[in-house]
Amino acid sequence: MEQFNVYASRLITKKEHFTPGHRACQGCAEALAVRMVAKALGKNVIVASATGCMEIISSPLPFTNWKVPWIHVAFENAAAVASGAEAGTKALIRKGKLVDKGTVFLGMGGDGATSDIGLQALSGAFERGHNFLYVCYDNEAYMNTGIQRSSATPFGAATTTSPAGKQIPGQVTWKKNMPEIAVAHNIPYVATACSSYPFDLIQKVKKAASIKGPAYVHILSICPTGWRIPADKAIWIGRRAVETGVFPLYEVENGKYRITVDVPELRPVEDYLKPQGRFRHLTPELIEKIQTRVTKEYNNLKTKTKLET
Amino acid sequence: MGERVGIEVSIAAAEAVKMANTDVIAAYPITPQTHIVEHLSELVADGELDAEFIPVESEHSAMSVCCGSSAVGARTFTCTSSQGLALMNEIVFIAPSLRLPIVMILANRSMSGPLSIWNDHTDVMSIRDCGWIQIFTENGQEVFDHVMFAFRVAENSSVSLPVIVNLDGFVLTHVIEPIEFWDKETVKQYLPDFKPVNQLHPDNPVTMGAFGLPSIFTEAKKAQDEALINSKSEILKAWKEMGDLVGRYYKPVETYQLDGSETVFLTIGSFGETVSVAVDELRAQGKSVGQVKLRLWRPFPFDEFREAVRGVKRIIVIDRAISYGGPGGPVASEIRSVLYQEENMPVITNFLCGFAGRDVTSDDYISMYEKTEQMAKGKVTQEDYIIYGVRE
Repeated sequence: MEQFNVYASRLITKKEHFTPGHRACQGCAEALAVRMVAKALGKNVIVASATGCMEIISSPLPFTNWKVPWIHVAFENAAAVASGAEAGTKALIRKGKLVDKGTVFLGMGGDGATSDIGLQALSGAFERGHNFLYVCYDNEAYMNTGIQRSSATPFGAATTTSPAGKQIPGQVTWKKNMPEIAVAHNIPYVATACSSYPFDLIQKVKKAASIKGPAYVHILSICPTGWRIPADKAIWIGRRAVETGVFPLYEVENGKYRITVDVPELRPVEDYLKPQGRFRHLTPELIEKIQTRVTKEYNNLKTKTKLET
Repeated sequence: MGERVGIEVSIAAAEAVKMANTDVIAAYPITPQTHIVEHLSELVADGELDAEFIPVESEHSAMSVCCGSSAVGARTFTCTSSQGLALMNEIVFIAPSLRLPIVMILANRSMSGPLSIWNDHTDVMSIRDCGWIQIFTENGQEVFDHVMFAFRVAENSSVSLPVIVNLDGFVLTHVIEPIEFWDKETVKQYLPDFKPVNQLHPDNPVTMGAFGLPSIFTEAKKAQDEALINSKSEILKAWKEMGDLVGRYYKPVETYQLDGSETVFLTIGSFGETVSVAVDELRAQGKSVGQVKLRLWRPFPFDEFREAVRGVKRIIVIDRAISYGGPGGPVASEIRSVLYQEENMPVITNFLCGFAGRDVTSDDYISMYEKTEQMAKGKVTQEDYIIYGVRE
């Protein structure tokens, strides 16, 4: 299965650990990504979730969509909670009070919980070297509270707090590069993924879970509601994000970069921006500005893949 | 019985955490809590305590790590003060709602600003309504004993709530006192292994921390309130059994020279010992004065307190925190509320003193008593609260 990067659903396990019946919006590719991560990790996992869309849609007391142990404490501390669960389990195993089952510890949060409010807790957990996996489900804004901008919102995107006004054309800052921040912690594994490429995603999550030490997977999670696209276009737009080089799929294993879904010839970014309502107001000049940046960053990434480690 | 040694209270507290065979310690350094966590990290580094010492990057993460570790069934300890408590505040409120039996020592210190590292109760009073079991200690022996007590009560399956042990910063944390250690056998008898009610484990998946819609939130809060109220029976039992084992019988409300006293001082924490000296001096002068000390702050010991002050005419409440623009000190306002519908309700006089380590001597308490007498006789106006010792 490792060689496939096309969508072939029958090749993925039918076992669900994040169950149907949750309350996500129609076409939510973040819920899809969570489902794929859950499939990749199986039953032997303990999940610590940040506050956000995925927490709210899956845990309305007294119901739950989680068939694996799951805890939510607050918004900015999923990495700290996961590290506590890992440390507690480690101590109990060492003291003979628990059997070592090789359980995976997963921290998860959205882009706000990860790159804004929870960055410190995540950095601390990386630095301390806990044996855990953190997955960021990046839908590029605070969708749960109503599409407010985060540091992961891309340049030019209109949100409810970076509106496209007469003077200011939406978000005026460039997307914070969270995967690179993770790489800077010298952790053994960092990867980007997108639910439009399920095999690539599942393979990376499995690899991240199997590696000893902290691992980070950053998943572009298309949000039709917030991105102003039809609900049936989420997978399609995710592929456009990769094909244009806006969101390249790569992994960094012990410092070694590798692009996992190669795009020999990038599509123009316009192919990705045009179909989305959040970019509707962009002028050709602004699109050109984005194109320049995307090309430069993609080339930078390609250069890094050639680096010796 | 264990050995009696001269030891710094912080070191003794850390030794108690070791003797309790704690599994996880997550803490961030803040004065005056530092000696406790420093010694714990030494104990772990030397292999004397088999635990994970998690040197977190903030107090917010300290309490978050504690939630994670307690949720998997590990015996969990943390320790903080003042600004650290304020930073972890959000998670302090969540831990009891998740019914996670974490033990925290709070080395009481004033809240900034102005910045001060010294002792008062402005930190702990900011979390009065957080839902933890809260205990105050008066000396090093009480701190040592109450570490064992805190784990036992917190982890009791019918309680399953976090416990805060308050001790005054510097006044207690940094002094050397004679403390009687428990022997291993006594600890074993008193403190059973932690068997969590709910546990994050792949063999039996549970969801913790689900969100509550308005249709269920009130019921969840009612259940939490009842859990805290009902913890009192286990608290009393834990004190009784401790007394039977080590000979020190603690009570939710302690009294000193109370019999027939017309006026009583009410204290919490280490100031109680100085007040006792003042009570002795006043009694020697023939004054009808006694003392009541609150050991259990939450759940509030209503019955014991009302019983203790029955027949008392005046209560002098010593507060070490302030409610700006409010009813004065937080302890006094609670006491007024507790006694409000009692027959022959005593007059409550409230002195706010000892902010940020400002020394309060027995002479000060005697002058507070004299001022109270003057107010009682109508010579000066009865005031709701007086900030004592302000230099003019």
